Amino acid sequence: MAEEKLITPGPAGYIPTPGAFMGVELPPPGKALLYGKIVDEEVAMREAAKAMLTRRNPTIFPGPLVLWGWNAAAMEKAKAVLELAMEIPNCRIIPMPDYRPKYPKIDPEAEINPNHPNLTILHNKIEACIFVGVHCHYANLSLRMIRAGTNCFTIALCAEMGHEDAMVSLRDVHAEEIRRFKDVLVQVRNELGIEWEPKLPPENPSLPKEDWTKISPLDFGEYAALLMPRKGEIVEETE
Amino acid sequence: MPDQRVVEPEYLLLEAPREKKFITGSQAFAEAVKRANVDIAIAYPITPQSETMHLVGDLYAQGYVKDYYRAEEEYGAMSAIAGAVRGGARAFTATSGPGLLRGLEAIVSWPGHRIPVVLGVMTRVVNAPLSIQPDNIEISYLLNAGLVVLHAENQQDVFDFTLAGFVISEKVDVYLPVVVATEGFFVTHAKGYVQMPSEDMKLPPRDPYKAPVPPTDCEIPPARIQRDAPVQKSNFMSYLIHAVWQQEVWSANRRAMKWIYKYLGGPVEVVNPDAEVFIVASGCAAAQGREAQRYAEQEGLPVGLVKVKSLRPFPEKEVREALKNAKAVIVPEHNIVGWLAKEVKSVIPNSGIVIDGPRVYGGMTLPVELIMEEIYKALGIKKEKKTVV
Repeated sequence: MAEEKLITPGPAGYIPTPGAFMGVELPPPGKALLYGKIVDEEVAMREAAKAMLTRRNPTIFPGPLVLWGWNAAAMEKAKAVLELAMEIPNCRIIPMPDYRPKYPKIDPEAEINPNHPNLTILHNKIEACIFVGVHCHYANLSLRMIRAGTNCFTIALCAEMGHEDAMVSLRDVHAEEIRRFKDVLVQVRNELGIEWEPKLPPENPSLPKEDWTKISPLDFGEYAALLMPRKGEIVEETE
Repeated sequence: MPDQRVVEPEYLLLEAPREKKFITGSQAFAEAVKRANVDIAIAYPITPQSETMHLVGDLYAQGYVKDYYRAEEEYGAMSAIAGAVRGGARAFTATSGPGLLRGLEAIVSWPGHRIPVVLGVMTRVVNAPLSIQPDNIEISYLLNAGLVVLHAENQQDVFDFTLAGFVISEKVDVYLPVVVATEGFFVTHAKGYVQMPSEDMKLPPRDPYKAPVPPTDCEIPPARIQRDAPVQKSNFMSYLIHAVWQQEVWSANRRAMKWIYKYLGGPVEVVNPDAEVFIVASGCAAAQGREAQRYAEQEGLPVGLVKVKSLRPFPEKEVREALKNAKAVIVPEHNIVGWLAKEVKSVIPNSGIVIDGPRVYGGMTLPVELIMEEIYKALGIKKEKKTVV
């Protein structure tokens, strides 16, 4: 009899039980979580690759830790994420640029937000996704809500200790480990007989074209507020 | 002040040679802070924690602590601590009794704000009429907030729990406040032997970027939870975000357990595991329970002790395992409500074997004889009471 899978794609129901409450423990260094059980990294990577290659609308959700060029390591990690995306057939990238609530105006094609991540998943009919570069607290909120309300297979590429509520959780993942995952994915893709020429995902249609040579805070649109002082700010929408 | 070199937490907590000192519980708090590379300490000193924060103030004067001030009152102290920690500092504060309750609104918001900090709580009674004596009823107010709560039996525990508390609280998978509670006066003002590593070593500084939340970002909740409220709308998504946020706090609380094993040798200490009757106790009551177990052993009675070091996360599995063959469980406590007895009853299948007490409160001491009486009763031993007039 197959071993019981504790953490599986949802919908888990009205209120999800956290993996930690179900006895799922984060893996030690060198190991990974697969359906809530501690396994070898390679095993988890292969299952994650299979999900991204065979389920509908595979999508990568990069968070602030790879989206913004904090340092050389972040930039290298961002490059590795793009290299991974190129190898996944029809992969999309939808960013989680920050964590502030944007209720109720989120554009689910443009971004994903940890306060209601299921809106983006459901709108785009995403059945497999990767979280990378999202701070652990917000990744955990998102993973749990996604498991509660959607049938999405979640994969967490965590730079720290991992996530109980993802179907696949790898830990200590930086640029090098992302490239290693990419290699495993290509191998699984070949084994499945899926033909694919590497190419970048499509541009996010909801985001304005950016001219990085003449950038100013105002070019960031609603995110300009993140860069500019709050003095004199007028809050129009409150309840 | 000697030059302090930074050493790995594992070395400082588990491997470094130790020297024996005879110090008070308050001094033990301060000695831990001295080795913890603390950036800031803020407090509004109230008896019996006053001495601790005075000693930490001395550490500031000596250069061990980088900043220190007295807040307006406890609400201000606990709020300022939250701000300092969100800003990336390693912080320590302490309080007790009514001060704790005054700061409680801020303190219980720390876990949701993911504030890694160490809070010393030197218990004293909180009820009217006012008293400044040790009675640990205030700990019960801390148990349902998501805080990691450790309960120190003696001065050695105070030192070890406090120093390890900084390390545990800053683990990325935990990132919660750690409360180190102990009985005011009985521990804080009394001296005991404490084994400590040399004061020329300290923990590495806090790395605020190794965190499950971004530091000092005032644009995101919880910093802006009142403005861009994800939780103040009346719809299902708002309820759900708050629900999973609470779940995250309590998941983090459970994750602290493996670090309690690593740095404190586990959440319980079991003496005489094959006994028939067990004393389950925490804090100062564990010291009295230890004496009662020793008396019982001298009399050849099958009595064991389960000392609970960690109240949150509560060692459900460990207590259940330790008590699986127990015929009776005695839970001595320094409070009237018996919060530990309730915890123990809730995690074992046969809660009827738990004897509520003995309990003392209002600052009364807990004589070993009171525990012995319960042991005799549990074992069906009749002792004649001697009345000495």
